[in-house]
Amino acid sequence: MTPARRARWTEALVTTPSLAWLLVFFVVPTVIIFAITFKPVDLYGGIGKGWTLDTLKSLFNPNYPAIVWRTVWLSLATTAVCLILAVPCGYYVARSSDRWRQMLLLLIILPFWTSFLVRVFAWKVLLHPEGPLKHALAAVGLIGPDTLLLYNEKAILLVMVYTFLPFAILPIYAAAEKFDFRLLEAARDLGARPLRAFWSVFVPGIRRGLLTAVLVVFIPALGSYVIPDIVGGPNSEMIGNKIAQRTFSDRNLPHASGLSAFLTLGVLLPLLLVLALQRKKGEEAPSMQEVS
Amino acid sequence: MDDFLVFENVSKSFGKVRAAADVSLTIRRGEFFSLLGPSGCGKTTLLRILAGFESPDSGRVLLNGRDITQLAPNERKVNTIFQSYALFPHLTVAQNIAFGPQIAGWPRAQIREEVDKMLHLVQLTDQAHKRPDLLSGGQKQRVAIARALINKPQVLLLDEPLAALDLKLRQRMLIELDLIHDEVGITFVYVTHDQGEAMSLSDRIAVMDKGRIEQIGTPAQIYEAPRTSFVAAFIGDTNFFEGQVVELLGGDYSRLTVEGFPSVECFNDNKLNVGDLVYLSIRPEKFRISRERPEPAPHVNAVQGRVADVIYLGSLTKYWVRVQDYRIAVWRPASRFLLDENPITWNDEVWISWHGDDSFMLERYSESDEKLMEAPPEQVGDPNGHGAAKP
Ligand SMILES: Nc1ncnc2c1ncn2[C@@H]1O[C@H](COP(=O)(O)OP(=O)(O)OP(=O)(O)O)[C@@H](O)[C@H]1O
Ligand SMILES: [Mg+2]
Repeated sequence: MTPARRARWTEALVTTPSLAWLLVFFVVPTVIIFAITFKPVDLYGGIGKGWTLDTLKSLFNPNYPAIVWRTVWLSLATTAVCLILAVPCGYYVARSSDRWRQMLLLLIILPFWTSFLVRVFAWKVLLHPEGPLKHALAAVGLIGPDTLLLYNEKAILLVMVYTFLPFAILPIYAAAEKFDFRLLEAARDLGARPLRAFWSVFVPGIRRGLLTAVLVVFIPALGSYVIPDIVGGPNSEMIGNKIAQRTFSDRNLPHASGLSAFLTLGVLLPLLLVLALQRKKGEEAPSMQEVS
Repeated sequence: MDDFLVFENVSKSFGKVRAAADVSLTIRRGEFFSLLGPSGCGKTTLLRILAGFESPDSGRVLLNGRDITQLAPNERKVNTIFQSYALFPHLTVAQNIAFGPQIAGWPRAQIREEVDKMLHLVQLTDQAHKRPDLLSGGQKQRVAIARALINKPQVLLLDEPLAALDLKLRQRMLIELDLIHDEVGITFVYVTHDQGEAMSLSDRIAVMDKGRIEQIGTPAQIYEAPRTSFVAAFIGDTNFFEGQVVELLGGDYSRLTVEGFPSVECFNDNKLNVGDLVYLSIRPEKFRISRERPEPAPHVNAVQGRVADVIYLGSLTKYWVRVQDYRIAVWRPASRFLLDENPITWNDEVWISWHGDDSFMLERYSESDEKLMEAPPEQVGDPNGHGAAKP
């Protein structure tokens, strides 16, 4: 065997397990979901025989555009707020002394020790019309007695930011830790004020971490349904809620699959576009490891 | 004297480490000034205080008569070449160089023009659109120089700028640095632990040890008239002998005893007195080596020994001569090789001799060393008027 062929064999051997994993747990389920969209419903909430375009037509529901729009802007806003908070946090953690840094990282990961569901319910208690926060704010006069902290889009945004912030901080911290902070001194030396140096040297320096943070916040945010379900109201549904509703209450799996397929395409297309653009600019695309 | 850049009693400690201990020095406009000393002696700390990255615990820094001690780095007309170069990896060479002017808000056309000029100065015009990570060490170095110089700083700080380069490149960059200094006429403050670099580039050198300035002077002053044994040992090679002053002779000479030597006459410009314990320092190239006893002459000392080692280096032959328990290093230029029908080799009996002007004495007691160090260095003694070689 020539060395080149052997190298190719080694590469194939090494990559096969991860390719198989992707195939079994990502590609196959996605294809199944896309396929179910074109199946009829049977009487018992299962999947019927044959093929149909009815579900596809029913996706053009006049209520959906508002829900799609809300899903998109809430996800974008969550991503933006998370980034704005995570960049200084990542910077601060990366610059801390070793012991303090361990401590801070522990604090960032600490929420994961409690069930996600419990934490969201805790927010519900906190924001409840009879809850402590409401009373405190009303007593100080910051909000009127009738203002609702819960059951609206703002509550969803708040809890989504709370939930996804650690996922944004960690990749940004990882990038910041590799950042050469002497570059900031160089920028100061060349006349930049602290904020300017931060913006034109540190932020570009961690751009891979930023991209990863955007992906790991924005994509799950698009698909979230527990948060809007618990802290949102009847007028703040997201796509995730609709998918859950079609699956569990309506027992209409093809419709739920259709919505899921739509969401998947909505995530994949921009992602592929970003990756293609990056490749064109001659930059290395973020590896799957960093994304997931 | 022109007081362009002044350190006034600057001290700085990191915990228990004294990185700068009451440093006072004055740098002249346009000068190439080096801070030279072993690793950890506080050179970088002084430079960082000057750039504004550290603030001194006490003391002041004056630039052009203005107190800049409290100014932020971006408010000082001082630019640094970092040892790691610290080029911005996300910007091209040209963008790196344009960074300072962009922050300062120069007009676009002017930026382009000046960047082109700088690229030309450092001969990187054809690399202008590359990212720094594609450049060689020497090229990165030149980008760093251009990026600093484009801002027309009043002082350029260089922190061991050549340390990361291999020997050949280092020698070329040395010459380039020298040319650039002549061309731009800016004051350079150059940090290095390499005495060769400091000697070949500098107008003046400050030799540092443990946060203190040991001596300030021209390369020749520091080499020929080191004020402390530290400086003598750190700069160049030297032979040290322990001795004691026994008699003051006329014309600034003293007689001293060195164990195993006949009486020795040495130039005494450090005002040492009879009974003082001293180090006698003689640099290897100051010796003459011969088979016959040299003709006695005033102030010439001679001692007999046996050659213990010879290394022939072409331009130079190095001998180690055993005299009693000493192994004395003697360098001899090879200019007379062809005339030398019977060259000196291993195990030969030889005489080595030197003129009293070419050796110097340093007080042996650390207390007096301390005294010498605490006085403002430029007032201690007078290195001029010394009989040794002048530049
Ligand atoms: N930020 C800091 N924190 C703690 N100690 C420091 C700091 N900076 C410097 N020191 C200490 O101060 C002393 C002087 O350091 P400095 O970097 O000025 O030395 P240097 O002469 O530049 O040495 P080198 O040739 O190794 O670069 C050293 O002992 C160093 O450990
Ligand atoms: Mg240093």
